[in-house]
Amino acid sequence: MGSRVEILNEGGFRSDGRRQYELREVTIDLSQQGQADGAAVITHGLTRVMVSVFGPREAKSRSQTIHDRANINVEVAISPFSAGERRKRSRGDKRILEMAATIKSTFEPVVQTTLYPRSQIDVFVQVLQQDGGLLQGCINATTLALVNAGIPLLDFVCAVSGGVYSTSPMLDLTLLEENDLPNLTVAVMPKTGKSTLVTMETRLHVDRFEEIFKLVCSASHALHQEMKDAVRVRTTSLVTAMGTTQSNVGGDTMMDES
Amino acid sequence: MRPPSPSIPEKEFLFASLKASLRLDGRQPLQLRTPELTFGPELGWVECALGKTRVLAQVDAKMVKPPPERPFEGMVSIHSEISPIASPEYEFGRASEEEVTMTRMLDKVLRRSDTIDKESLCVIAGQRVWHVRLAIHCLSDEGNMLDCACLAGIVALRHFRRPEIEVVGDEVTIHDPTERAPIPLAIHHSPFCFTFAFFADTSIPPILDPSHLEQRLSAGLVSIALNAQREICVLQKLGGVPLAPDSILNLVEIAVSRAKELDRLVDDKLKVDWSGRRVEFR
Repeated sequence: MGSRVEILNEGGFRSDGRRQYELREVTIDLSQQGQADGAAVITHGLTRVMVSVFGPREAKSRSQTIHDRANINVEVAISPFSAGERRKRSRGDKRILEMAATIKSTFEPVVQTTLYPRSQIDVFVQVLQQDGGLLQGCINATTLALVNAGIPLLDFVCAVSGGVYSTSPMLDLTLLEENDLPNLTVAVMPKTGKSTLVTMETRLHVDRFEEIFKLVCSASHALHQEMKDAVRVRTTSLVTAMGTTQSNVGGDTMMDES
Repeated sequence: MRPPSPSIPEKEFLFASLKASLRLDGRQPLQLRTPELTFGPELGWVECALGKTRVLAQVDAKMVKPPPERPFEGMVSIHSEISPIASPEYEFGRASEEEVTMTRMLDKVLRRSDTIDKESLCVIAGQRVWHVRLAIHCLSDEGNMLDCACLAGIVALRHFRRPEIEVVGDEVTIHDPTERAPIPLAIHHSPFCFTFAFFADTSIPPILDPSHLEQRLSAGLVSIALNAQREICVLQKLGGVPLAPDSILNLVEIAVSRAKELDRLVDDKLKVDWSGRRVEFR
């Protein structure tokens, strides 16, 4: 026990040099990937998740079509090399199935599925590196990939994890912290401040829960800004790339009219 | 094969009455169906009923060799299955989404929240430990099977008593329950699960312990598992209608008070049952 890493030292720093309320560095890559209609790679510190979105497109089978809305199909794969210990998880693993179901139900009230009846939206989540906050990474990457694919959403979904070390709340836990602390993940729709997902799997006193829950909700706004900026940069670069042709087309129509 | 979704008049009637804070079975919105606990002849055999939802839980223990990575800990495993006996909408074979959620939730509530002291199940380190098996059978589904299964599971664990053992050197003697009184498992705390249902129409208040119809027509469930000591063990809101942070905290408070009531009820029932049992000493 003596050689264990201190989770929060007396100076108020965590094992990776962050303060209590500090999030890890977030990088977002929205570039095109293969045939996917939308893709995103997000990193939260050392956690890296890639998501590709296909659709809305025709469903593979009749049984998967819903007559009045689109069906969201989520598949999660965790790369065997993503964790410290190399380990292959089968696709039927209960934990993976649960995660896929969680992501699916998080996005069902957010994606405007009623606009695409009888179609299917496929979301493929690939976990490339894991260092805590897996679910938050998956949800944030899925939001960005859906936005990138141009699928109408009611709002962003920003997920942040948090935990409590004795009495001090902390945000965005690494794997090391996650293993030792009670932790929760909350997905917030920042415009309304309402949450679509709240999960906590470890024992925590009600009063502590209230504190960390409110903190996590407010932290999601910082992440929202980050995600919005990334989408704006990507869209601006696309618009400028199209800029030359756009103005030509515009010019032609102007001439026709005159 | 899933039965057809509820008819439009049924749906409208339910919504209209819920808006007036009335429920079809005459309960208050935040009232639990009183759980009925029936204990079987054996220790660790419990049937729990919430209205017409019925779940049977059974615990047994046997000696096994522990895995090399955890030589000092006993093992706890939970087997749960939703079969067509509960309702025609469940199928044999492939695990349905409900089954995955339920299995995972039971695992989190009863196993991962350290309900049972695993080290106390160790007999000889690295050689012999107790393996406690909890089997959960869902007999009929009239809504909110998860809470019923969690309650049945925790009561069964508290009701169960394992045979007394004696260790002399490397020799383990298991005493028959008729010879020496069996001893209960070392249980740290008893978590209870509460499920709230929400509706797409936000003017309808959240309801506790939804019946089958209410569950079918709901637009989101929140499950909170906590113990009488005000510790949340699992909180799960997977999708569904987005909720404001304050309303979630409200639900937690409601669950806290319900957990205390339920804890008292379970304590009483267990006490009554145990006093009615004859334990023989020779």
